[in-house]
Amino acid sequence: MKLEVHGLNAWYGRAHILFDVHMRVARGEVVALLGRNGAGKSTTFASLVGLVPARRGDIVFDGHAVGAMKTHDVVRLGLGYVPEDRRIFTDLTVEENLEVGRQPPREGAPTWTPEMIYELFPNLASMRRRAGGHMSGGEQQMLTIARTLMGNPSLVLLDEPSEGLAPKIVEQMAHALIEMKRQGLTIIISEQNLHFARLISDRAYIIERGRVQFEGTLKELDANPEVRDAYLAV
Amino acid sequence: MDFLFVQFLNGLASASSLFLVASGLSIIFGVTRIVNFAHGAFYMLGAYIAYTLTQHLTGVVGFWTALLLAALIVAALGALIEMTLLRRIYDAPELFQLLATFGLTLMVEDLVVMIWGPMELLGPRAPGLEGAVPVFGQLFPAYDFVLIALGPVVLGGLWLLFKKTRWGVLVRAATQDRTMVSALGVNQSWLFTSVFALGIFLAALGGAVQIPREAVHHMMDLQIIVEVFVVVVIGGLGNVFGAFLAAVIISELNAFGILLFPKISLVLVFLVMAVVLVVRPHGLLGKAESDSRPAIGTAIEPFRRFGTRGRNAMVAVLLGLALVPLFAGNYLMSVGTELLIFALFAASLHLMMGVGGMVSFGHAAYFGLGAYGAGLLVKYLGAPMEAALVAGPVLAVAGAILFGWFCVRLSGVYLAMLTLAFAQIVWSIMFQWYDVTGGDNGILGIWPSRWASDPMVFYYVTLALCAACIYAIRRIVFSPFGYAVRGCRDSVMRAESIGIDRQRIQWLAFTLAGTFAGIAGTLYAYLKGSVFPDVVGIPTSVDGLVMVLLGGLQTVGGPIVGAAAYKALSIWMTSQIDFWKLVLGALIVVLVIAFPEGIAGFWQRRVSPLFRRSETEEEAIP
Amino acid sequence: MTALVVQDLRKSFGGVEAAKGITFTVAESELLALIGPNGAGKSTCFNMLNGQLKPDSGSIKLFGQEIVGKRPREVWRMGVGRTFQITATFGSMTVIENVQMALLSHHRRLRAMIPFAGDLYRDEAWELLELVGMADQAGRACGTLAYGDLKRLELAIALANQPRVLLMDEPTAGMAPRERVQLMQLTADIVRARGVSVLFTEHDMDVVFTHADRVMVLNRGELIAQGSPQEVRNNSDVQSIYLGSGALYGAEPAMEASA
Repeated sequence: MKLEVHGLNAWYGRAHILFDVHMRVARGEVVALLGRNGAGKSTTFASLVGLVPARRGDIVFDGHAVGAMKTHDVVRLGLGYVPEDRRIFTDLTVEENLEVGRQPPREGAPTWTPEMIYELFPNLASMRRRAGGHMSGGEQQMLTIARTLMGNPSLVLLDEPSEGLAPKIVEQMAHALIEMKRQGLTIIISEQNLHFARLISDRAYIIERGRVQFEGTLKELDANPEVRDAYLAV
Repeated sequence: MDFLFVQFLNGLASASSLFLVASGLSIIFGVTRIVNFAHGAFYMLGAYIAYTLTQHLTGVVGFWTALLLAALIVAALGALIEMTLLRRIYDAPELFQLLATFGLTLMVEDLVVMIWGPMELLGPRAPGLEGAVPVFGQLFPAYDFVLIALGPVVLGGLWLLFKKTRWGVLVRAATQDRTMVSALGVNQSWLFTSVFALGIFLAALGGAVQIPREAVHHMMDLQIIVEVFVVVVIGGLGNVFGAFLAAVIISELNAFGILLFPKISLVLVFLVMAVVLVVRPHGLLGKAESDSRPAIGTAIEPFRRFGTRGRNAMVAVLLGLALVPLFAGNYLMSVGTELLIFALFAASLHLMMGVGGMVSFGHAAYFGLGAYGAGLLVKYLGAPMEAALVAGPVLAVAGAILFGWFCVRLSGVYLAMLTLAFAQIVWSIMFQWYDVTGGDNGILGIWPSRWASDPMVFYYVTLALCAACIYAIRRIVFSPFGYAVRGCRDSVMRAESIGIDRQRIQWLAFTLAGTFAGIAGTLYAYLKGSVFPDVVGIPTSVDGLVMVLLGGLQTVGGPIVGAAAYKALSIWMTSQIDFWKLVLGALIVVLVIAFPEGIAGFWQRRVSPLFRRSETEEEAIP
Repeated sequence: MTALVVQDLRKSFGGVEAAKGITFTVAESELLALIGPNGAGKSTCFNMLNGQLKPDSGSIKLFGQEIVGKRPREVWRMGVGRTFQITATFGSMTVIENVQMALLSHHRRLRAMIPFAGDLYRDEAWELLELVGMADQAGRACGTLAYGDLKRLELAIALANQPRVLLMDEPTAGMAPRERVQLMQLTADIVRARGVSVLFTEHDMDVVFTHADRVMVLNRGELIAQGSPQEVRNNSDVQSIYLGSGALYGAEPAMEASA
């Protein structure tokens, strides 16, 4: 197993957000984390990399217990995190943004160079020296992913990458993700857009009110319209 | 003309040291979001340690080694403080950070006196640069040429550091979003420590290079920090180039201002700052802050009006206070009067800060203006107490209207720094304008009218006025205006989108807070019978802040509790302890770290639900 | 009758033209969607409509009255409301107090210092909360609300000054599909009942094609298409610039195979 999570609980102040969340992700899998806004998807990701004020539970990543580790230590083990709302460094150029993400090569994970990144996201290649603040939303979203890839992660958490993007850009994004998967990356992606999730993922978890309500393949989810309608209904 | 050119060079030489300190503050703020009030203290330590080292290390090499070594020692000390103290408060509201670093400043001030004594110390001249060089027939110190060069050299070095090294890129990234930087695998703690050490190194170096020019003394810290605040407000916080530009502007203004208008050189700086802020609210090269921290005082728990039980409790407290003279002697009664006055002062500060979300580091300005208002009326018009009580606060109102107009254009730390700068300007006017204010000698003979001269009667007068004012503040908090003020604090965007004129509302709130502080100040003048510049000093402002903090920001009644507790403690302490600054400073630091929600915050959670209008009582209305 | 007439609106930032002569109208009681890629100028357009940005040239008339040159506050008082993409409410107040705040502003009582704010316009606020289905949560602290409820509260706040035109910035961003439908249905019902016109931006094409009466497409500061949802959906320019293959809204079976 690439990642195993058991009994994960998380709190923001006095508010208890996650309740015994569990998850198992195999090497090379693409797993979708579905659920509505506020269901706990982002908190789950933030908890995995230690970005919540308080958490409890077992998180085993590549055989390391990371449940009590500091964020940067977890990330240095190869767990890449792409937060929602594209937090790129707007004052830094594209190149500098990538530099911030750069980590040494890692065994068992693809090694990325800026050149490979530019190949994956051709839009970025033409704007290496442009400040992040002068890029469109879609370009910024690609840059956040690219920046995380520079850390040579073996697993990437992608928090709502399609949110607020034009459908056409989302399609480009899907192609890039498929390519990342082909390189052997394990990916967990949180989504509200079921169409998008379906394009790229093998399996899905549904989170609702901080609890895992469903796990299975997307085929199983499609075969379970009542589950789909209860938590995701279109 | 020649003389003017030399004066210009003089300004440049002063600018370098100011730039070093200001850039250090800017860099630290950029990454850690802490406005390091203790920056002046580190500057001062740099000077003291450099002084000591130059006593042992002599010769050209020795001298410069001593200066560098001094800066390095202080930087190491800074790193230590960052690791033990500041790390705990990175996520706290800016006010807490300002207070904690102010606490450090107080401690350093006393420590410096303990180690080096209270006398001014004269450092050595720089070996080989003792002489003066003729410039257009005027003599100019050779050492100052080194200083003039130092500023641009450091600026260039910093630019290279930030643009060309990985560390610099990481620092710039962290300036924008430090969480994201750690989410990319960068150890934030070390980045912060190194940045803090660099900033402190620059401050200490700024102090160390001053020793051949200026005597070293234990009040250098506050002097420089105010100038530095002015520099970063003008230049733009977090921008090193802005700091350089503003340091040059301020130093030149000082150099020429003294020639042109010897008495009002400070006013000149003030005018420039005012113009800059109106044209560019974030400073010459600054950018709008994208600080995601909520405004101070923002709470999830709404303020609640008293229910029947709460009202009864308040009446009981008031009755209890009215009975105090029955058993208290004259000394206790005057202590009680002072507590009441500071309760009003703290409540007025809370109106601005807790309700309005505007952190003031210079609320003493309005307290002091109220006190001086009364003093001047007595001195020049022989006004009786009754008239002075009404007219005294007018000066505070005028000050609040004038300063408030500028302050409400800013928010967050900028606003806090600006309030401090204004308070220092008032202080210098009171201190410098000897002919009118009596300067350091103050104004004496401000005694109550005969009928009120008995401490008991004056106690009752104070009680009546303070209770009425505090009641008025409470009513205002729950009035539509109070809601509007709170709305502007909670969400500027929302407030403006429903037609609330934020600046006007905040300006009015600022003015009201200043007015109530002024009333407290006037009463204070009559209690003491005199006014000295101290009433406007930074310690008075900080007293107010500690009271509000101690009481808790999120309650309406908290500051009053805090004022009583803190004032009683500090009256006792100043009379009993020699190095009270050290103790007080440590107390503030501990307080900030241990009890961020204050006494009354604790009260509100545990006790006050008993006194509220119950939920059903409230919701039954529609 | 036409609620809003926008004519030849132009705006550039340091040489970059964000609006190149935008012209359109909004009819009374109409739900009009404004879509387009990020950076197409939607925000610029909204900011000009509510007075936050002053256009370089052009005119915006609300029932015949010129808006250009007025400040956001004045525009709001004329009857142009706005909701934001990111929710913004007064966190230290209860739900009903949030609405009362808007009503206090609407009735110009903001500087009153004597009465208790909590007692004023309570009934009116209650009615608005009932309208959006939030009355049962009136006494709750606003900071503890669920996201969808915050959005409904914002709608109540926006309705407090009886707007004639409502600008909604991505009203359903960050919501689950079912909540999206509910919120847009609620909005549609309310605006029709009250005769309010709504101009909204949105990235969720399901919402746009289900709820909008009319759709406008903005690209690089120009309107490249407008018409009924069906017309816009079938417009080949719009497809190539913005919509893509259609795989991401009401997915067609053919696309699923490609994954």
